Amino acid sequence: MTYRIDFVNRRKMFFLISAITILIGVISLFVQGLNLGIDFVSGTRLDFQFAKTIDLEKAKKELSDLGYENPNARLGGNNNNILIVRVDKKLEKADVDRIAERLKQTFQMTPHVQEQTVDPIIGKEIAKNAFYAVLIASLGIIVYVALRFEYRFAVSAIIALFYDALFTISLFSIFQLEVDLTFIAAILTIVGYSVNDTIVIFDRIRENLDAMKPKKWEELVEVVNTSIGQTLVRSINTVITVVFGALALCILGGESIRNFSLALLFGLVSGAYSSIFIASQIWIGWKWKSMQGENDRARETAVAE
Amino acid sequence: MRARKSKFVLFVVLLIAMFAIIAATTSVIVKGITLGLDLQGGFEVLYEAAPGQKVTPQILNDTQEAIRKRIDVLGVAEPDITIEGTNRIRVQLAGVKDQKKARELLGKQAELTFRDPSGKQILLRGKDLQEGGAKLDYDQANQPVVTIKLKDAKKFEEITRKYVGHPIPIYLDNQQLSAPVVQEPIAGGNAQITGQRTVEEAQELVDLLNAGAVPIKLVEKQSYAVDASLGAKSLRDSLEAGVIAVLAIFIFVIGYYRLPGLIAVITLIVYSYLVLVTFYVLDVTLTLPGIAAFILGIGMAVDANIITSERIKEEIRVGRSVSAAVRAGSKRSFLTIFDSNITTIIAAVVLFIFGTASVKGFSVSLIAGILVSFLTAVGLSRLLIYLLVRSNMVNRPTLFGVREDEISDL
Repeated sequence: MTYRIDFVNRRKMFFLISAITILIGVISLFVQGLNLGIDFVSGTRLDFQFAKTIDLEKAKKELSDLGYENPNARLGGNNNNILIVRVDKKLEKADVDRIAERLKQTFQMTPHVQEQTVDPIIGKEIAKNAFYAVLIASLGIIVYVALRFEYRFAVSAIIALFYDALFTISLFSIFQLEVDLTFIAAILTIVGYSVNDTIVIFDRIRENLDAMKPKKWEELVEVVNTSIGQTLVRSINTVITVVFGALALCILGGESIRNFSLALLFGLVSGAYSSIFIASQIWIGWKWKSMQGENDRARETAVAE
Repeated sequence: MRARKSKFVLFVVLLIAMFAIIAATTSVIVKGITLGLDLQGGFEVLYEAAPGQKVTPQILNDTQEAIRKRIDVLGVAEPDITIEGTNRIRVQLAGVKDQKKARELLGKQAELTFRDPSGKQILLRGKDLQEGGAKLDYDQANQPVVTIKLKDAKKFEEITRKYVGHPIPIYLDNQQLSAPVVQEPIAGGNAQITGQRTVEEAQELVDLLNAGAVPIKLVEKQSYAVDASLGAKSLRDSLEAGVIAVLAIFIFVIGYYRLPGLIAVITLIVYSYLVLVTFYVLDVTLTLPGIAAFILGIGMAVDANIITSERIKEEIRVGRSVSAAVRAGSKRSFLTIFDSNITTIIAAVVLFIFGTASVKGFSVSLIAGILVSFLTAVGLSRLLIYLLVRSNMVNRPTLFGVREDEISDL
């Protein structure tokens, strides 16, 4: 079914929605920043997994007794059975053993321990590197799309790409979800997928452009609306399949990949949104401006003759 | 139209052949894939050369070799020791039982030095020891001692002559092991280290000395340790999630697209298999985020099938026959899929060239996923659906999820 929805005439509203979401995100990033995980802040993170849920306050008290005052501890996992402790300094193996032993005695359960100690420099290096890599990749994509399509498509797709990345980062800031190295991998996946999604719609626009040869604004609007309508079912269905994967991983996949899956979920839904409501809309505005320019020139030449 | 059974038979034979191969080899391949530490337990340490030392690629290589020898002392199978950047070495040990001991052993530079009585001036270094010359022995009191052999017996004789009546303390890194007082000049280049409390302790020192010193001082920058049971649980959880996700995707695709959906499911199974084969061949280490990306990758690989199926539906709706619609739909969707995949590949290739190690690994699986999906979702799907359509046994539009009343008359 091809849906007849006028996406283009509502584009100002969508620009506004997009701008507001980004604004809220940027404000959140400035005000509360990101909840940086152990990969970016020096210290040790300990995950103690128990057979069943434990009393957080009791655990905190035990930690205080051991000399970790006001411990940064929380519960995680499907049954709140994982005690996650963050300590600002590097812990030695002996310290970890001491904590594990104390918890074992307190709760009468042997915890499974996961321990991670990090120098933040390494995490920051990887993040910085990934950021530059994304910038260079964007240039590469612009060049390819400009050659195969036209530069307006290329730039519009890249703007949508940055929107998706920023949107996902914003949500992580707003909800203060922990950001670790896998988050970078998630953002990179989103970047790759976002362009992929946008190009499918642009490809249709290009095809319909050749077939319909629009001259007037209304005709150009028709081209874009038709193209989005024709690819809408595909956009929705692809998002649905990805959402199946991400949701299953979020719910069943365990604590350590929950945030990774969430990031992908946000980013991939955003990718579908931005292709329709940002990339296509930027393109049509820009394309119309240049068509007007061409029309004016054509008229001038006609008058001159 | 007459049914051409031969095409249908070919389709079935192809299907059986593919699934036979998959069924026969999957378990071998899955077992052969290296699991990351987060899935099988173990620990990982990232070392960096302490500042203020000269570090060359050669020295890093020697360091890597020295660490490897030392891990052999621990008896760990398949340690993974990689050089990163210009001054870092990452050591990954899967399934180590005594992590504490492993870390102690790894963290030591283990350079043996003989010093002057003040303990400040170094008289002899680790490189003056004969390789593999350390041995476990017992003194008169039946206490364990470690005997070592020096390369240059003459030099040792001179030194001991100079310090007769004085102690020449022996240090391991900054820890004094013993401080034997020289009774008389020692010829022959044999020396003894006393002060080992137990036979095990002495044996460990022998092993350390024979493994050789690590040429540079290393600082622990990062470490990561996972219980083996926790790793197994993560693996089980993520696989469970994967199975449910994949089933949901399969049911959805077949429910919505019918015959092309079924083809999509077949190609997705082949896709998953081929991605695993790629991991196996390229020796990709499968981590938890890797599994997550793989599962989501299936969701994305479906995209190519969805694009084609949608296109086929469109062509049927405008009144084409099923076989004409399949042909036109496949042809028209090809460039779309090609262009959208190429852009992702460009992004992945750039990430591979400019990214750091972990980003590189990620981009390899991304590229592999796209290439394989192109092969299966475009190539294989087309082959299968053409065979079916040409058999003339599947020419009802409802099989493609199109209702009769949606078809416009031309």
